[in-house]
Amino acid sequence: MSLLNLSFIVLLGILIFVSYFHFSNSFLDNYNRKSNGRLKFENSIRVIIFILPAFIILFVFILYPVFETVRLSFYDKFGREFVGLYNYKWAIDDPEFRRSILNNLGWLLIVPTFSTFFGLVIANLADRIWWGSIAKSIIFMPMAISFVGAGVIWKFVYEYRGPGDTQIGLLNAIIVSFGYEPQAWLTIPIWNNVFLMAIMIWIQTGLALVIFSAALRSIPKEMIEASRIDGASELKIFFSIIIPYLEQTILVIWTLITIIVLRIFDIIFAMTNGEWQTGVLANLMYDWMFRGGGDSGRGSVLAIVIMLGVIPILLWNLYKHKQEQNI
Amino acid sequence: MRKLSLTSILSQLLLLIFVIIWIIPTFGLFISSLRDKDLLSISGWWTSLTTTEINEIHRMLGMEYQIQENNYYIIKGSIFEGNTGKKITSFGITSKKINEFSLGEIATFKDNSEVTIDENGNYVWKSKTEFTKKKGKRLFTTSLSPPSFTFDNYKEVLFKEGIGRAFINTLAVALPSTLIPLIICSFFAYALTWMKFFGRDTLLALIIASLVVPLQMSLIPILTIYNDFGALFGVAAKSYPGVWMAHTGFGLASTTFLLRNFLKSLPNEMMEAAKVDGASHYDIFLKIILPLSIPAFASIFILQFLWCWNDLLVGLVFLDQVPSEIILTAKLKELLGSRGENWEILTTGAFVSMTVPLFIFFALQRYFIRGLVSGSVKG
Repeated sequence: MSLLNLSFIVLLGILIFVSYFHFSNSFLDNYNRKSNGRLKFENSIRVIIFILPAFIILFVFILYPVFETVRLSFYDKFGREFVGLYNYKWAIDDPEFRRSILNNLGWLLIVPTFSTFFGLVIANLADRIWWGSIAKSIIFMPMAISFVGAGVIWKFVYEYRGPGDTQIGLLNAIIVSFGYEPQAWLTIPIWNNVFLMAIMIWIQTGLALVIFSAALRSIPKEMIEASRIDGASELKIFFSIIIPYLEQTILVIWTLITIIVLRIFDIIFAMTNGEWQTGVLANLMYDWMFRGGGDSGRGSVLAIVIMLGVIPILLWNLYKHKQEQNI
Repeated sequence: MRKLSLTSILSQLLLLIFVIIWIIPTFGLFISSLRDKDLLSISGWWTSLTTTEINEIHRMLGMEYQIQENNYYIIKGSIFEGNTGKKITSFGITSKKINEFSLGEIATFKDNSEVTIDENGNYVWKSKTEFTKKKGKRLFTTSLSPPSFTFDNYKEVLFKEGIGRAFINTLAVALPSTLIPLIICSFFAYALTWMKFFGRDTLLALIIASLVVPLQMSLIPILTIYNDFGALFGVAAKSYPGVWMAHTGFGLASTTFLLRNFLKSLPNEMMEAAKVDGASHYDIFLKIILPLSIPAFASIFILQFLWCWNDLLVGLVFLDQVPSEIILTAKLKELLGSRGENWEILTTGAFVSMTVPLFIFFALQRYFIRGLVSGSVKG
């Protein structure tokens, strides 16, 4: 597609939606004015004009697929024949699946914990130091870049050259300067997962940091001043005042990062493609979408397992929403 | 007071360590993208920040360059092309003793020809007999190289490796994928906040549930729909409009949620007053809501734009991996596989892909953070 064509369809695509809203609404306004506001159902038609595009897209891209994925998980690889629980049985017996589940659990345990912890510590440190906002900017920066970009950055840090050669990867250069053997970090099973998680922690700490920074401002300064005068140490203040005060925020950030980590795909896809036992559910699913011409049954089972992870969060969100509505 | 300042020093130190760990990987990538590609593969990027000693092999010019002067046949030349800033400290004529001679010394080859070299790499090779070989002899040099940076990698990557086109493709994916949901969702959020209709609460609950649904749940059914659609109308199943709609679908819940949170905070009286004056909902939307929502739009625009720009999975599944459609992240992943050892291409490509996010980050950080803090959740 030539660049001219491309810019043309980009403009057209946006214009279609603008015109839809503009012309349908203007038409209704005019019609309504002509009939002196006595048009029946004016309100209902307006509601339909306002919500229809969003509703169709919500239905086609979220609601229908959720049910369809559940249905497909009980069907064969082409989605034609009903096979009952066969795909689920396959998953339980599949060593790759078990590996992925374990890895996913590892990610879920380690990444939110460390990101939240680092975010909290850095937010507290930066809050009291004059160059704190510059420090926050730097630590927050990885949030802006892509997982693949971050992958390239860290692959360069982990780069491995044979023992005799000059190491161009930072980590191996450091190791070698201390007299140790260089390591091909990404190919050491179990540990390589940790090196991949480090990338995610490096990214998500920024998210935790900015939310904590905003929340810290809500802590009454007098409370901290008072405890300082009473002789409480900074550590004591951190653990006895700040952490209890931020309990809610900690929970929110933890859930937020958990949701992001649960569907982690890009980093592993770019760095190891699931080799050396680094596979996670999302990668296995992508694999089965195309492996051997694609197997929609197995792919769907894997998607559902990822979905199961967010269901408690989903129910909790709905419960909270209901409570807010009732107030 | 003493105790307090000790804590302060400790916390400054700790924060400094965090900052250094966080910035170094990106800094290394950036420096590497500006280095000469031959140096990049043989030395760590940190060595390029200071003057370093490097060993090189060069070949002198051959017989066609010789001139005759006072009974000598002479070949003059320079081993460096252009001004590289390198300073030669020693040289040799065999690979076994590459540091045999220091500057100004005369090295004598087996055929009795002699060579001298100055620190800028200009050599004089003379012999009493005529040179007869097309290729000159080899010189081994040790030189001090000052830090030097070049944009050559960027030229190469943008125009030869297809990153430039991928950049445009990514823009063509990300812009509509951000604007379309913003348009649709602002009307949707308006209806959910200010209009009364049957099923509104259910719809709102659906949005809140959809916030956390992982997009993996949608991939297979939507790919099937696209394939069927493509087959039915005889068009390509994967295309730009398809990706826009997919991004719109996956961003719909969070965009609506954030916009509704914002609209809810606007005073109700304003709306009521306008209504009494006979304004329709569309008038209110255009003349009151839209101008007030600009900051909220900015935050949401940035979040969704960065999400689409940085996405890999959606671009991988719903676009063909051909030069006219491939997006930056997919291109980078492809290069990681096929050019995994060519760090000059990888580092530069990665940095090109980061230019737009970094620009947004530094220019509009305030809006970005505001969007994130106001509760970004995305499946």
